[in-house]
Amino acid sequence: MGPLIQQGILSPEWDMIFAFIIGISFGFILEQAGFSTARKIVGVFYGYDMTVLRVFLTAVVTASVGLLYFNYLGWIDISLIYINPTFIWSAIIGGVLVGLGMIVGGYCPGTSFAAAAIGKIDGMVFIGGLFIGVFFYGETYDFLFKNLHDAGNLGPVTLYQILGISSGTLEFFFLIFAIFMFWMTIVITKAFSNRQFKY
Amino acid sequence: MEKIQEPKKYMNPYLAGFLLGLTMIAAFYFSGRGLGASGAIKSTVTAVVSAVAPAHADKSEFYASYKGEGSSPMNSWLVYEMLGFIFGALISGIIAGRIKKDIVKPPKITSRTRLIMAGLGGVAAGIGATLGRGCTSGAGLTGMSNLSLAGFISFMAMFGGAFMFSFFLRKFWINKA
Repeated sequence: MGPLIQQGILSPEWDMIFAFIIGISFGFILEQAGFSTARKIVGVFYGYDMTVLRVFLTAVVTASVGLLYFNYLGWIDISLIYINPTFIWSAIIGGVLVGLGMIVGGYCPGTSFAAAAIGKIDGMVFIGGLFIGVFFYGETYDFLFKNLHDAGNLGPVTLYQILGISSGTLEFFFLIFAIFMFWMTIVITKAFSNRQFKY
Repeated sequence: MEKIQEPKKYMNPYLAGFLLGLTMIAAFYFSGRGLGASGAIKSTVTAVVSAVAPAHADKSEFYASYKGEGSSPMNSWLVYEMLGFIFGALISGIIAGRIKKDIVKPPKITSRTRLIMAGLGGVAAGIGATLGRGCTSGAGLTGMSNLSLAGFISFMAMFGGAFMFSFFLRKFWINKA
């Protein structure tokens, strides 16, 4: 039963091998989907390319349904997997900054690596910016970010716990939301194709 | 006679999303965690700072938290994952004929402007991903897949924020035909 490393079924050295192999899959798929060019990535914000939303939502639906189903089948113990801890304020402000980076730079951290891997210089420069940003954060942390970084700690709580519903119920509503968003991507694509936008 | 290599078409987004979802399930199944990206940058910065100025790094709460016990910060899951990531993206690019050294930019924008924007965007994302404890991959993709509250907040902040800012940068990315 998974997760294999946490259950002690495989020794910790295997973890890094898994990381590498899973990384290969991650990078291969992202590049195959076209996330290696800023042109496709910003398209979702300007209505001419809905790829980002389609890939993202499909991936989340697949993974979340898969996890719940594996848990139900007894293939994975969902109580042992990592749940991102919620720090409300840093999540919001940090997220908005990442969004700013996406629009200004045309990439996010992961996609910039895909772009750099196939030779895109703007991707490489974005990565350079990432290093500068992280370094800046590290150097100014003690007097600039420390309080914000640790504020609003709700712990590794799930959305269904907060709402007081079961994971299955949440998943059901999320599926409805995802279907609605998929439909919206079709609507938006039709609306914008009439507008003759040129990238 | 010059043979022009036509780059292959991109994978269907739903198929890509499905495969990405399977990859995430694999990550949870084998390693008990999801995918990420920005964490690898944090580990690398911590490793470099620790190597260049170890006393400074030890005193800093931030770098100390990324150092872990004993082993190098580079000995981290995300660093190995991103190494594989680069390899995987490279293979995909080779198979698809998309390896090309150039700059992706809108037609009316100069390369110089584009690169400056890319750098600034990277700085913003670097700060944001460190503050927000993840980027679209770790906080967004993974965070929503394990149904964490943090994931949904991060996703909304990232995409909501991007949509907000996209209005102000529309002249940069879009030309009316």
